[in-house]
Amino acid sequence: MAATNPLPPLNNAVERDESDLIKCVCGGQKELFHELIRPYERGIYLAAFSILHNQADAEEAAQEALLKAFAHLHELRSGEKFKSWLFLIAVNEARMRRRKNHQHLFEPIDDEASESEEGGFMPRQFADWHDVPSEAFEKKEIRIAVQKALDGLPPKYREVFILRDVQHLSVAETGRVLGLSTPAVKTQLHRARLQMREQLAPVFGKRWSDRLPFIKGRKPW
Amino acid sequence: MVTCAQVLKELSNYIDEDIDPRLRAEIEEHLRGCHRCSILLDSTRKTLRIVGDDRVFEVPAGYSERLHQFLTNKLGI
Repeated sequence: MAATNPLPPLNNAVERDESDLIKCVCGGQKELFHELIRPYERGIYLAAFSILHNQADAEEAAQEALLKAFAHLHELRSGEKFKSWLFLIAVNEARMRRRKNHQHLFEPIDDEASESEEGGFMPRQFADWHDVPSEAFEKKEIRIAVQKALDGLPPKYREVFILRDVQHLSVAETGRVLGLSTPAVKTQLHRARLQMREQLAPVFGKRWSDRLPFIKGRKPW
Repeated sequence: MVTCAQVLKELSNYIDEDIDPRLRAEIEEHLRGCHRCSILLDSTRKTLRIVGDDRVFEVPAGYSERLHQFLTNKLGI
């Protein structure tokens, strides 16, 4: 009896499909570029928005980044992950626009001295959190709370947090996209996570459902 | 035995499972007896679950359509 080959893990299948798509686009089936970028188009916008803080600018940056990705797709090295390569282009495009708009001049200056301090941030909110039902994620109140917490992060923490925890790049990929060492990514990510948790604690801590009238009367947990 | 300050310092590495097994075991022992650190860990994990869900972030209405139309116009694809 012939041995049956185990099915490849899903991630490998996805990556194989993606590398096939890339080959097809580079081979002349240019219209498949739409399909290739579709899984990342939201993330590209969010990464650009995290840097530019303006919807129109972020949308333009996403468009230009994808034009550049198309023009340079043939330069993508074998084995290089398309996703992190795409985010590298998008982050560079957004940073270039930020410099052009002089936006960085109006952003808070990060306190470099605190970089060497252990922890650097002390949590204050210790209320227990309930499980948040995933159907609540699309609710306006939740979206506003998360966006506000994100906006409150120092810019360099926000960029790391978006790539690692929202877009799920690895620590190494996040470092490559942002030009940071692995220890720097880990430090900034740690502080970003603690600050995000602190900002969201009043919303998701005990009695959070009392603040959200849309879900009153239901107890999903 | 690790302290609350050490748990705080290692929290992110602990969540990412990027930590020495012995330290991990010590943190787990601490967590069994420390309510505040347990809450800190649980609420940080829940934070990551919330932000890791694509639905929680809004993109402008019509963004995807405009993007693909832009690419079609610019690239003729």
